[in-house]
Amino acid sequence: MQAYVTLVRRELGSFFYSWIAYIVIAGAMFLMGLSFVALLDRLQGEPTSMPLTEIFLGGCFWLIVLFSAPIITMRLFALEKYSGTFETLMTAPVSDWQVVLAKFTAAIIFYMLMWLPLLGCVLVLRYFARGSNLLDPGTLGGTYLGILLIGCLYMAAGCFASALTRNQIVAAMISFAIGLAFFLAGFMAGPFDLQKTWAGQALNCVSVLGQMKDYARGVVDTRSICFCLTSSLFFLFLACRVLESRRWR
Amino acid sequence: MMMIDVSNLTKKYAGNTAVADVSFQVERGEIVGLLGPNGAGKSTTMRILACFIPASSGTATVAGLDVFTQADEVRRRIGYMPEHNPLHPELRVREYLNFRARLKGLSHSRSRERIDAVITQCGLEDVSRRIIGHLSKGYRQRVGLADALVHEPELIILDEPTIGLDPSQIRSVRQLIKDLGRNHTVLLSSHILPEVEMTCNRVLIMREGRILAADTPENLQKAVGKNGHLITEIAAPLEELKTCFEQMPELAHYTISAAEGAYHRCALTPSGSHDLRPMIFALVVERGWELRELSRVRHSLEEVYIRLTRPESEEEAL
Repeated sequence: MQAYVTLVRRELGSFFYSWIAYIVIAGAMFLMGLSFVALLDRLQGEPTSMPLTEIFLGGCFWLIVLFSAPIITMRLFALEKYSGTFETLMTAPVSDWQVVLAKFTAAIIFYMLMWLPLLGCVLVLRYFARGSNLLDPGTLGGTYLGILLIGCLYMAAGCFASALTRNQIVAAMISFAIGLAFFLAGFMAGPFDLQKTWAGQALNCVSVLGQMKDYARGVVDTRSICFCLTSSLFFLFLACRVLESRRWR
Repeated sequence: MMMIDVSNLTKKYAGNTAVADVSFQVERGEIVGLLGPNGAGKSTTMRILACFIPASSGTATVAGLDVFTQADEVRRRIGYMPEHNPLHPELRVREYLNFRARLKGLSHSRSRERIDAVITQCGLEDVSRRIIGHLSKGYRQRVGLADALVHEPELIILDEPTIGLDPSQIRSVRQLIKDLGRNHTVLLSSHILPEVEMTCNRVLIMREGRILAADTPENLQKAVGKNGHLITEIAAPLEELKTCFEQMPELAHYTISAAEGAYHRCALTPSGSHDLRPMIFALVVERGWELRELSRVRHSLEEVYIRLTRPESEEEAL
């Protein structure tokens, strides 16, 4: 446990030692700010029955997740392998699982920190909406849960991609490709008949796009929770196996 | 109990054999040097002992614990510094050592205590608050050593600890390693001979994944030192000198070159283990020549090493 906590702290620290953390946070804040302005503009124009979170997250969420996940996770293993510190790390008395989980945890914590400014936007809205049920806490909770769960999936996929290679750019590209595949699955389900064909159903299940829409509406679906958690675990398991692979190569 | 016990260790990488059927033992308190050209399997052997990669076959134990099945326990007992000494350049020295100490399971108070101790031991007091990336190579090497020592391991494994250092840095790192030998068992690898000659109690010479020789540096020298040759400078008529040398049955081979003045510089190789020095002296006295140098050239470990690690084809050509 001590090794795990030490590693998480070290990983979190290393995000902020490099410029990457600040650039990612700045980029995410810029996009959130843009969406916020767009939202205010829309609210001024016409009345809408859509939950605000859904409108708000419509554009910026995916842009932020798709691009930030590879950038956040690319260095986790690739940099250590490249600089050789991987060897000192793995000859310390820590297990592969501890290392993978610690890096994943650090990535998730950083990712959630990145979403903190969203809370600021919400508070501003609440202040000006003055008590109307424009933003109900349930919807907000659902939205944050969605951000966390989908983040888990993307961070885990990023961990796996980073464990595969010692080149950060390659890691980022693999991670982006996996992320994009999950994102596009929803669109690809379209042409299939959802009720009849298995392909349509399968694609619909992995469509994180639809799942995030539900979360933003405040609908928390256990299928989606299950999907995100199990696939995150699956990717972490793969990352672990990749680390172990140095033993059987 | 042996500190390291390796028997029939073999490691294959995708068809290539890096280490082939290697067996050796290291006792507690020894400083042992692994010597060999690049690609001889030194690093692979060390990585196996440090539980980074497993062997393809054979067994290795550290302090009686198997490196594969009891890896966690073994790692606690080993301080390992890989080749090129990778560090986190963005951290400060103390921060880095603290991270490593905590990672190795030391409590807060214990790690503070040990960090102070290793900082003094490795002479890092002046730079303990500096960023590692800004340090000189010599200091970085010491940070690597401090990291290997921080949890008070029983065995210290150092892969090329002095690579890329300047002579004065090499000397200080060498002294540090010698000091370590008082309380720890040290296994170090190198292809720099004087280093091994001066620091180690015992040398294992490796080539192409096999151990060619394992002995103390002195014994290894003796093993090939039988034909150690002689250098002498004599002032004598050249022809007379040549005739005298040719008549000496104990002399297997000689070369004569001109030195300044009337002197000739002669390199003499004895046949068998004869000591030629008294004979040369007697000869000079008898003829009334002048002698100004008479010395035996001892084989350094370097020659032993070159002789043992020379590829076979080259040996035949000679």
